[in-house]
Amino acid sequence: MLKKVFILFTIAMVVIACSSTDDSNGSGTNDGFNRTELLTNVADNLIVPAFQDLQTKLSALDAANESFVTNKSVTNLELLSDAWLDAYKVWQHVQIYNLGEADNLGGGERGFVSFFNIYPVTVADIENGANTGNYDLNTANYHDAQGFPALDFLIHGVATGDALPIDKFITNSDSNGYTTYLTDVITQMITLNDAIVNSWESGYRDTFIDNTDSGVNGSFNKLANDLIYSYEKDFRAQKVGIPAGVFSNGGSLPETVEAFYKKDVSKELALEALIGIENLFNGVGYASTTTGSSLNTYLEFLDRADLVIEINNQFTAAKNAINGLNENFYQQTIDNNAQMTAAYDIIQAAIPKLKVDMKQALNFVIDYVDGDGD
Amino acid sequence: MQTKLKSYLNRTTSAAPLAVFRIGFGAMMLASIIRFWSLGWIDKLYLQPKFQFSYYGFEWIKPIGNYTYLLFAIAGLAALFVLIGFKYRIAVITFFLSFTYIELMDKTTYLNHYYFISVLSFLMCFLPANAYFSLDAFIKKTQYKQIPKWTIDSIKLLLGMVYFYAGLAKLNSDWLFKAMPLKIWLPSKYDIPIIGETLMHKEWFHFAMSWSGMLYDLAIPFLLLYKKTRTVAFIIVIIFHVFTRILFPIGMFPYIMIVSTLIFFDANIHEKILNVFRKGISLLKLKATELNTQVYNYSNRKISIPILVVFFTLQLAMPWRYLLYPNELFWTEEGYRFSWRVMLMEKAGYANFKIVNSETNDFFYVNNLDFLTPFQEKQMSFQPDFILEYAHYLGDHFKSQGHENVQVFVECFAALNGRMSQPYIDPKIDLYNEKESFNHKKWILPFNDEIKGL
Repeated sequence: MLKKVFILFTIAMVVIACSSTDDSNGSGTNDGFNRTELLTNVADNLIVPAFQDLQTKLSALDAANESFVTNKSVTNLELLSDAWLDAYKVWQHVQIYNLGEADNLGGGERGFVSFFNIYPVTVADIENGANTGNYDLNTANYHDAQGFPALDFLIHGVATGDALPIDKFITNSDSNGYTTYLTDVITQMITLNDAIVNSWESGYRDTFIDNTDSGVNGSFNKLANDLIYSYEKDFRAQKVGIPAGVFSNGGSLPETVEAFYKKDVSKELALEALIGIENLFNGVGYASTTTGSSLNTYLEFLDRADLVIEINNQFTAAKNAINGLNENFYQQTIDNNAQMTAAYDIIQAAIPKLKVDMKQALNFVIDYVDGDGD
Repeated sequence: MQTKLKSYLNRTTSAAPLAVFRIGFGAMMLASIIRFWSLGWIDKLYLQPKFQFSYYGFEWIKPIGNYTYLLFAIAGLAALFVLIGFKYRIAVITFFLSFTYIELMDKTTYLNHYYFISVLSFLMCFLPANAYFSLDAFIKKTQYKQIPKWTIDSIKLLLGMVYFYAGLAKLNSDWLFKAMPLKIWLPSKYDIPIIGETLMHKEWFHFAMSWSGMLYDLAIPFLLLYKKTRTVAFIIVIIFHVFTRILFPIGMFPYIMIVSTLIFFDANIHEKILNVFRKGISLLKLKATELNTQVYNYSNRKISIPILVVFFTLQLAMPWRYLLYPNELFWTEEGYRFSWRVMLMEKAGYANFKIVNSETNDFFYVNNLDFLTPFQEKQMSFQPDFILEYAHYLGDHFKSQGHENVQVFVECFAALNGRMSQPYIDPKIDLYNEKESFNHKKWILPFNDEIKGL
């Protein structure tokens, strides 16, 4: 009798000990919901095409830059600006996916966004860089002096002592320095994005799809976390909340809008970002009408169609609120910041639905919390 | 009646079960402390946070910088001393005090099983667990093979109470008729080998688990008490706790419960366990010493018994204190802790704090992660006492930064057991103006649904 109890006891302890690694490598597991199909759709129809399109747009940007450097005309600068805007709009779709190589770039809290879209830009760093030629875009100091916001300043902003944006490349005493800085910023973006695209094309796609774990490092978990983070940080806070001044005391901060130097595209960029997030939630392919399995499908599988409707209603309300704003958020915050704040409140209303309801329904693990439960 | 009581108190029983219990308890506690330390949780949970959530009345208990490690070292050493039965009384009191201090440092980490450890170690301060098979007995050259029966019964009572109350708490409509929260938790464990793919998402399985969990908790104390069902009961204990360990991240708790329930077995089994240890010790080839054997005389009974009567009365009453509060317990959580309500809720919240200048109506929102760790933020977002304490912390912080006429409001939403989230805290109430107390918090908004049952 005693022996049996002991044998059982030992088996129990061994089972407990063996099961203590929570991230078991389940592949192709299936609870009736096809996770592989979801991840395949998101990878093949949303993520990879978006990064590839960014690659295309960045090489167009590179070509426009070459033309401009060869012939520094106002027309060529305008063409460069167009290429910049094209790429910037695509960027809004890829910024969500801080996965794989993008995650490995080591951009700190904001991930690979740190190398592409930290704003407001620190003009002094760029001017100093153009003057001394002494800068390293790979360091954290230069996160806010590269990527799209740096290009925004270089293409549309006026350097100290200049009269026009183009002056910094022609008449400014540091004109060569500015030209080099411009090219270096574009090269950096191309290098980093190429690395991300290459990794997706050369195996990371399969790794991503095969990783159907339920743990923190499972692809689905990361995707759901990324969606929430991007909505909350990239979209809500950066594009609307911070300029409206809701996180700081003492009124609006117009100079913190996205594309501050170009100015009239902030609404367009914000809408692109929202569409990117919405498309991920609903599994709508990038720049196509293909629809496949995504978070909405999973929620419906879990009998939470009500929540899918609710979240989509929130997205629509956010879109309407943004559509009601000036295309130039800088102007909007100066003319009527109350409307900007009201738009923020509407955008904010989706956060509890995503962070509380969706998180609870999907019961996905949040990146950070480990500790015992009872 | 009185004579019956007296004769019960004078009854003696073998000291072996309590000795085995002491060894098991000491070993489990030592392992828990080592595990906690090696996972880096001392730093992560107690040293990194800028701010700690205190229990009402225990605001003076805080982590003590790097000395916090010393505190854990003391608790670990005390556990080791309990294990070997060396200076037992001092060791177990030290363990109780240091462990309880640790638990009181930040209520973010509250777990029923930590509370259980505190309560159990308090009880053990009064028990002669070093009477037999201990270093103390060896040094004194005196061992006691017989100890008062009530000392062992008191542990059985505590264990039985924990299970039974955990079972009672499951008698509610969410658990029994909606299979909540297991219906949310189990499907996400789809990658467990074998059962992950086949059972975890089946509705009948959620209900089966809910009902069997409830029946297990209510019945197991009795099944362990009766000799005929004891072995089967112990096997069920093992299966149950192993299963919960596989499903949920509950650390050392399953081990502790499995080892603890051994106390229900007869002395001869414990003697066999001790014989295993004796064989192990004999390998050390120590010089054998003959020990005197005496009958244990519990000397401070006049003080200890009344203390323990009060202790158990309190323990029995505590879980019912929620009845003194209006509204749904799961929603307000007033009277929720210290009541063996284990794994009953999937609750999550979102709290967005707004600092307002009451004169100018200027406002701004707070980024919680500037002040809290992600774990603290998560726990704060759905527990009213946390929300209030944090609101005061924010108010004090911004006041000290020179902000004037500070008011603190919160836009807070919470979702319970799969219901759609709803507003949780009255957004028009200046929380900086509200005081913590044991009274009902009127600024918790009403729950839009009803959960029937205990």
